[in-house]
Amino acid sequence: MTRLVTVVTAGLSQPSSTRLLADQLAAATDRALRLAGEDVRIEVLELRDLAHAVTDNLLTGFPSGALADAVALVRDADALVAVTPIFSASYSGLFKSFFDVLEDGTLEGKPVLLGATAGTARHSLALEFALRPLFAYLRADVVPTAVFAASEDFGAVTPSGSLASRVDRAGRELADAVTGRARSGPVDPFENPTPFEDLLRK
Amino acid sequence: MQFGIFTVGDVTTDPTTGHTPTEHERIKATIAIARKAEEVGLDVFATGEHHNPPFVPSAPTTTLAHIAAQTSTLLLSTSTTLITTTDPVRIAEDYATLQHLSDGRVDLMMGRGNTGPVYPWFGKDIRDGIPLAIENYHLLRRLWREEVVDWEGKFRTPLQGFTATPRPLDGVPPFVWHGSIRSPEIAEQAAYYGDGFFANHIFWPASHTERMVGYYRSRFEHYGHGSADQAIVGLGGQVFMRRNSQDAVREFRPYFDNAPVYGHGPSLEDFTSQTPLTVGSPQEVIERTLGFREYVGDYQRQLFLMDHAGLPLKTVLEQLDLLGEEVVPVLRKEFAARKPAHVLDAPTHASLLAARTAADAEVSA
Repeated sequence: MTRLVTVVTAGLSQPSSTRLLADQLAAATDRALRLAGEDVRIEVLELRDLAHAVTDNLLTGFPSGALADAVALVRDADALVAVTPIFSASYSGLFKSFFDVLEDGTLEGKPVLLGATAGTARHSLALEFALRPLFAYLRADVVPTAVFAASEDFGAVTPSGSLASRVDRAGRELADAVTGRARSGPVDPFENPTPFEDLLRK
Repeated sequence: MQFGIFTVGDVTTDPTTGHTPTEHERIKATIAIARKAEEVGLDVFATGEHHNPPFVPSAPTTTLAHIAAQTSTLLLSTSTTLITTTDPVRIAEDYATLQHLSDGRVDLMMGRGNTGPVYPWFGKDIRDGIPLAIENYHLLRRLWREEVVDWEGKFRTPLQGFTATPRPLDGVPPFVWHGSIRSPEIAEQAAYYGDGFFANHIFWPASHTERMVGYYRSRFEHYGHGSADQAIVGLGGQVFMRRNSQDAVREFRPYFDNAPVYGHGPSLEDFTSQTPLTVGSPQEVIERTLGFREYVGDYQRQLFLMDHAGLPLKTVLEQLDLLGEEVVPVLRKEFAARKPAHVLDAPTHASLLAARTAADAEVSA
């Protein structure tokens, strides 16, 4: 069975260090899943490309074109890697807006790996005080290791260990969360209608 | 097939002139628009119901009765009647009275309303939206169909030995549609009772409407009211026309760009490709509208939103001339030519009365 890993990356510059971290997290997840005998398909969503469509969705209430496809990739994913730059002590507005336009329940029970980037390591706890509560609210199944990369991490082994080792550990945790579990996701009410007699009795 | 217009009743500043109509002007304009609808040969006029600015239609039966007195063939409807926050006893009484005053030219479309504070203002909770719609409508049906009602539910004080007066005209309750943009429970409700289902069809892509209507049709058949293609479907729609397509786009763009709901979002071009909005010549509107049946099947009612976003009354009346004189006659002919015989028109007071008379005759024979 092929496992779909969808990667949401909210970096704005080109090239983007957020994308760089997202690719490393996706590769680590891919390695760990393949070691466990799974086939893997990775889909990367650059939110910058969807920025106009996300704003339109906030205003009109429905996702158009490429955004509808992106939402489907998140909904259908076996696992999600979500990476944002830290702006003003939290996730970026674009990152939050994307998760704001998802239907309720889209991430329910879904294994999620969180990552963030910033210029300095002083922002690293934003993962814990901003991103983790957001995904707890969305009822996602967030793996214990969230990976923060400051600019310096891309060049050095820091006292807290190398970025590569944290990425590997996070990828293994996400793969563990995926293997052996049935695909989760919202129940489609159109496929599973509640008979009207039941609605009347409530 | 029935053709008509539906209004939200918004008071919106005209972005090209900065003029904001008074509530008085807006209410009077609504009457002029309804009269015009009959004059140009449309079948239906439906008004929304709102209880907050910038909207004026808080008392729909007052407005509809006034229109009934000034028209003779126009079918009066709602878009929508707030079944969640309005006491079903009041709906039963108000619309039965309107039936008598208009000689049966009434049907209703039930909706939940989407303005959060309206619920607490009327003593309800928005989280009960679906249960309110279900319980209240079930009571409403009984009030119209049973002379004396004993009833107890969750949301309203119980009724013992209650008779809603006046009784429906000729003992035939108004036909009911249920409108919902995205709740399968409401399509389920419409299917269960064999009522009509109306898809807003303005704000969302065609693929979404296709799914909602397809669901309603299959459940209509499931509940034994007929085959799926006989289910009673209505669609909204939104058009702006000038003889020359470019003129329509040029004139409508500032209204679109500043419109409530979607203004300042997608471009006019994106939105017309993503949703059923059509801005162009009458011929373009005809072609687009005929295309609707390709994804919802043969349907019974098409309503257009014509008077919103600050469009001045004069422009709206010109739009109705184009709609009534150039678009609808062609649509009537073309839709009729495509519709198989076993797909019936939407029920009206006359057809419901005839059906009941025939059923009574069968019983006594």
